[in-house]
Amino acid sequence: MKHLAILAALLAPVPALADTDPANWDAVTAAADGQTVYWNAWGGSTTTNDFIAWVGERVMADYGVTLEHVKLTDTADAVTRVLSEKQAGENDDGAIDMIWINGANFAAMKEADLLFGPYAEQLPNWAVVDAEGKTVQTDFTVPVEGFESPWAMAQVVFVHDTADMPDRLGSMQALQDWAAANPGRFSYPQPPDFLGTTFLKQVLVDILPDPSVLADPATDENYDAVTAPLWAYLEELTPNLWREGKAYPATGTAMFPLIADGELDLSISFSPGAASTAIANNELPPSIRTFVLDKGTIGNASFVAIPYNSGSKEGAMVVANFLMSPEAQARAQDPEILGYGTVLNMAALSDDDRALFDALELGVATLSPAELGTVQAEPHPSWATRIADDWMTRFGVSE
Amino acid sequence: MNRRRFLPVLPILTLLAMLGPVVAGLWGTLLPAFGHLPAAGLTGPSLDPFRDLFDWAGLPRAMLLSISTGLLATGISLAIVMLITAGWSGTKPFRALERLLSPLLSVPHAAAAFGLAFLIAPSGWVSRLLSPVVTGWDRPPDLLIVQDTWGLTMTAGLIVKEVPFLLLITLAALGQADAQRSVVISQALGYGRLTGWLKTVFPRVYAQIRPPIYVVLAYSMSVVDVAVILGPNTPPSLSVQIIKWMSDPDLAMRLEGAAGALLQLGLVIGALIFWRLCEHAMARLGQRWIASGARGRFDPVVAQGALAAGAICALTVLFGLVVLTIWSFAGFWGFPDALPDAFTWRNWMRFGPGTLEALGETALIAVTVALAALILTIGCLEAEYRFGLSFSARAVWLLYLPLLIPQTAFLPGLQTFMLSLGADVGRVPVMLAHLVFVLPYVFLSLADPFRAWDTRMGTIAAALRASPNGVLWRVRLPMLLRPILTALAVGLAVSVGQYLPTLLIGGGRVETLTTEAVALASGGDRRAIGVYGLMQTGAALVPFALALLIPALVWRNRKGLRHG
Repeated sequence: MKHLAILAALLAPVPALADTDPANWDAVTAAADGQTVYWNAWGGSTTTNDFIAWVGERVMADYGVTLEHVKLTDTADAVTRVLSEKQAGENDDGAIDMIWINGANFAAMKEADLLFGPYAEQLPNWAVVDAEGKTVQTDFTVPVEGFESPWAMAQVVFVHDTADMPDRLGSMQALQDWAAANPGRFSYPQPPDFLGTTFLKQVLVDILPDPSVLADPATDENYDAVTAPLWAYLEELTPNLWREGKAYPATGTAMFPLIADGELDLSISFSPGAASTAIANNELPPSIRTFVLDKGTIGNASFVAIPYNSGSKEGAMVVANFLMSPEAQARAQDPEILGYGTVLNMAALSDDDRALFDALELGVATLSPAELGTVQAEPHPSWATRIADDWMTRFGVSE
Repeated sequence: MNRRRFLPVLPILTLLAMLGPVVAGLWGTLLPAFGHLPAAGLTGPSLDPFRDLFDWAGLPRAMLLSISTGLLATGISLAIVMLITAGWSGTKPFRALERLLSPLLSVPHAAAAFGLAFLIAPSGWVSRLLSPVVTGWDRPPDLLIVQDTWGLTMTAGLIVKEVPFLLLITLAALGQADAQRSVVISQALGYGRLTGWLKTVFPRVYAQIRPPIYVVLAYSMSVVDVAVILGPNTPPSLSVQIIKWMSDPDLAMRLEGAAGALLQLGLVIGALIFWRLCEHAMARLGQRWIASGARGRFDPVVAQGALAAGAICALTVLFGLVVLTIWSFAGFWGFPDALPDAFTWRNWMRFGPGTLEALGETALIAVTVALAALILTIGCLEAEYRFGLSFSARAVWLLYLPLLIPQTAFLPGLQTFMLSLGADVGRVPVMLAHLVFVLPYVFLSLADPFRAWDTRMGTIAAALRASPNGVLWRVRLPMLLRPILTALAVGLAVSVGQYLPTLLIGGGRVETLTTEAVALASGGDRRAIGVYGLMQTGAALVPFALALLIPALVWRNRKGLRHG
């Protein structure tokens, strides 16, 4: 990991934390009142943007915290920003107070001591989080250790238009065969987009006889041998992709209009409820359904983290805690709003709070928790980084 | 205020405002390009960044894309504008096209690019209107039109935007070129309208519009937003790739990005030199052509063709805006329906409040920056005129530096520089960063008409006992009202369209219509893009409408000044 080594080289002594103790919640809320929190979050999804605006209204009403959504095209921009600030000696009031983060970006920031914490497990709503049943204490196999707090669960689902493609597929090999029979009707976002990279990982996880090797960091010794089947698979698939793989959609949501127009019959999404939400917003036709593979699909959690140099850490903790509240979680799971999976443990909720979730109509295209089946673990982030780099060399510069 | 003391300082202040950030930013690019980034524990000098850069498999194609789109877009738009002006200036169709094209200049590049994509994509409006009756398609064909490997759609997207720009610049220059009488005389000698114009007026007009042409060339070679929307991605053009490297969390990639930025700078310089050599060749050929005495047998055909090309440019942007409007009101709109199933206010209700907030920020920044740029520019030009402070040829090139250096080359370096000064991110630094780009455009738009102003008017006024200030305020500026307003409108539009400086220097906290629209672009929500694209267009449209309207109103009883 070249960049981790460089990040490590950046390690300067972090100034002593004169911040409010996260465990002293009254002190946190008192300090948060009047603070402005700049939440850097991917801004490519209008439904997510609407949800974040609603969160802003709620934390303003309850805690006097002003929430500003800084819309990113790539979360790595925020990581770069914090790094630049550290280089420039801006250690007290950086531009970023909170980041929607996971995976490689989290690993990089945690490794370089760019994050505030641990705080997540001191937040009051941590008590109702499903820490046992959901992968909220590891992030792509990297231990979280309280440096980020979860707010949504994601799992890969395949989105298909039943008007053109009535049946689900059971495996990546079935997808290969289907694409050969229906050329030009499938695509995935261009890596290093996270969903595109996830598709590559999903291929690997599904076609490897034993994917457990992915739980450990990739090494120079095993990388080539482990990923060889993936490249063989893609060599065969690419000519049958949309535009013969000469162009790719930029992101996951950019594939919705392509499905709506009938350019694509099949695509993937990292949000089991997104298809239902898109139907509600006229972005997809009502004939859309989703499915998962026989062996299950990759899942992970979305987190928020607080940079070490935020000037509004208390405000950010208030927002992070609110995001884990039953009210926010139930709203996020509503397919009419967002359709994200909840991080909460239903058994730990009060009857009233559980009723919020029971009342939700999951939507025509959303699979029930039982139908979502087995959640496969994310590979160690080193795999994603290397696979995405490799993909860019092999397929990202097609003559 | 004592102008005599204040005025001489303005050129220095202007140069500082424009070049300080460029120099600082370049310094911040140059060092990493040679492996020197102490913050990351790397000390140079080293050639590794260039070695990594040349190892990148996509580099030849990325470089070729930069060169081909730049030269093609500039050459074709210049040819269209010159031939239209030659063949039609002073006629009714020309005035119609002028009225059509001029406001389209205000359409930001991103909005025009989205409009073009929504028109000509396989599932675009053109395909919808023709399907299935004409084409037989009941679903979009799998054709690589948008994001094509050769960047032709991106080039087209640039041409439809550069044609209005060059036309407006040409119109501003035309008033100084004494075109009318030259054409009348050449026609009396039996030359066709078009050939006569090219042989007599073109050399004079070209001399005036040369700097904007160079800027168009440099801009087209390194454009980012249009390339992201319309250009290929396997690989992308060099500037897009530079941004990707620069925003990589892996700091080592910044070195490669910095090396790429220097390469992009080299490509732009090389292309400018190439263009300059072509000018010499054209001049020689042109002289031979003039000496041949050809009267222009094909004039009518060429003129018709140019007019058609101009009309296509105008209609493309116009119908692009129409289709943006339709999407902004669309319910579900499946292929191949010519129109959505239903029209709804829902999209505007969802995105309207956000756009208004962004509009306020956009307007505040743009107005402040454009006015500051205009004041500095007029002060500079007046000081130059009054005190004979004329720039040397080399100093004039310094003036164009911010426009000829790709934004990607010095903005990330500038960001680090501002942070190390302790300058907080936010609106004021963003304004200063915008000023770097707005000032040269305002200067470029205004300098030539200002300098070409007939100074005998000043002599006459002085003879009538007008003070130097009196000459400036009562004679020169009023006569130059049209180019001044044009320059102001250009400044506003440039500021409205800025993406990278707003994002990088604003630390993401300054949200203008452009940053919001580009952030949405990656999500591909056509309804949101429709709403933001229209709002972005509106923000830039009003100033241009005024730039055309005000001179017409003010000079309604001064016919001779209307084209001044």
